[in-house]
Amino acid sequence: MNPKTIKWIIFVIVLSAIVLSVYFVSLDRGSFRDGVFVTTAAFLTLFIMSFLYKDNPYYKFAEHLFVGVSAAYWMTMGFWGTMVPNLVAKLWPGSVRGVLPALADKDPSLWFLIPLFLGIVLLMRLSPKGGWISRWALAFIVGTTAGLNLIRYLRSDFIQQVNNTILPLVDKTEAGISFWGSFSNIFIFVGVLCGLVYFFFSKEHKGFFGGAARIGILVLMLTFGAGFGYTVMARISLLAGRMTYLFGDWLGLIK
Amino acid sequence: MPDDVKNKAGLLERLQFIDRRYIFIFIALAVIIPLLLGLRFEEEPSPIVLALYDKIDEMPPGSRLLMSFDYGPTTAPEIQPMVDVILRHACLKDLKVYLMAVWATGQSLTVQTVEQVLMPEFPDYEYGIDYVNLGYKAGNQGLIRVIVDDMKRMYSTDANGTDIEEIPIMKQVSSLKDMDLIVSFGGGFPGIKEWILFAGDPGGIPVGGACTAVSAPQLYPYYPNQMVGLLGGIKGAAEYESHVLNTYPEAFAKTPTPGMNMMVAQMVAHIVIMLFIVFGNVMYFMYRGKERKLTLEK
Repeated sequence: MNPKTIKWIIFVIVLSAIVLSVYFVSLDRGSFRDGVFVTTAAFLTLFIMSFLYKDNPYYKFAEHLFVGVSAAYWMTMGFWGTMVPNLVAKLWPGSVRGVLPALADKDPSLWFLIPLFLGIVLLMRLSPKGGWISRWALAFIVGTTAGLNLIRYLRSDFIQQVNNTILPLVDKTEAGISFWGSFSNIFIFVGVLCGLVYFFFSKEHKGFFGGAARIGILVLMLTFGAGFGYTVMARISLLAGRMTYLFGDWLGLIK
Repeated sequence: MPDDVKNKAGLLERLQFIDRRYIFIFIALAVIIPLLLGLRFEEEPSPIVLALYDKIDEMPPGSRLLMSFDYGPTTAPEIQPMVDVILRHACLKDLKVYLMAVWATGQSLTVQTVEQVLMPEFPDYEYGIDYVNLGYKAGNQGLIRVIVDDMKRMYSTDANGTDIEEIPIMKQVSSLKDMDLIVSFGGGFPGIKEWILFAGDPGGIPVGGACTAVSAPQLYPYYPNQMVGLLGGIKGAAEYESHVLNTYPEAFAKTPTPGMNMMVAQMVAHIVIMLFIVFGNVMYFMYRGKERKLTLEK
């Protein structure tokens, strides 16, 4: 695409954005400022969707803008939401009087010098010669995360999940034996067992063992199928959400 | 498809190499038309959705509900309808609502939800007395682990910078164990799973969830022993909306039902996808049959 065409397209986009913002105001949906924001968001949506036709500079512009804004947003939220109230205000309460006056008169807590030190040490990674010092802080992060996760995953994701699988094969209710309850419990029990057999590679998958492994594959297929179905549903929902925005919030065609 | 082949090819061959952009147009129309028509169908709640509904519905007025916004704008179309309907239900039942986020993007969505749902629809709900926005804190599962024992160690202020000690609703809460129910909205990391692993199981706190459809199959195994109930994707939202609408028709008659509306678009799009799958397979077998016949003739 030559530069002249790009300039023309940008001109048409800006002009139509202004016209559509005025249209937004005419529908009594907000101020001109709101209209500009809603129209800009709608155009960015269309830029991203234009990738479905083929890769183009407008898609790339929207993509880069998204990545940049997201990175800046997370950094700003981390700084003002965590660093300032949970570190700066703990060490030097007086320094946050302008932004968090509620914390300015609290007593300082020197324990927070330790995370401050580890944080600075972590940034040493940027230094060409002192990069190795950052490993101390990294080791602390890896160690605590591994320790924290190991216990919880072992208890909740392993032992508790095994417990969830041990079900009565005959589901007795007050009204008698529940057929579908029993069927469901047997299905879970057999499915888990056969799924595990499929991943047992120390014995050749032959005979009864091979049959169980084949059932295991079927169970896995069913799981992947359900997962795929849910993924399609999720993607359609996202499309429906964007269409609701374009035709409802922007153009006012959906009430 | 190369031009020389295209010129010689019959209908069957052409359909074998149909441009995927035609399929995009069909899917777009399948989604847009039902949305424009504003159709909605009643949904029967599944047991897993009903379990979460019953839990909230049976909570006595004044019970404490923590809602964690663990999602971002990328999944908001799916998650937001669930947030809105559960928040409306909680306010109708006069629960004390604690809002927080373990995702940075969750904080702005919390503010948006309060401004668009809570403040206009429940004007009697007073900030600091009936609900509070604790905002976002970094730390993922580490954060959850800390606040299970001591909330104030991480939350010295609310999202507006007010001292936590000065907020009346926070005087009744020292840790997550004081919550009667936690509902996490999300599906990514950190999310519902981390709430179960680091708060629900060790603290004995009931945890419910509302997640994206993609993550629903991985979360079902936690129900019912480790999780109260789960809303999986827009289907879960539609079921909850429909049930709330049937149970409290007067209170919810005029509230929007984006989940139910989107389920119609969802259904039509699924039918189109299934038709394409059937059509693609029929064309493939016809083409193969024709090829085999030509080979035999030679």
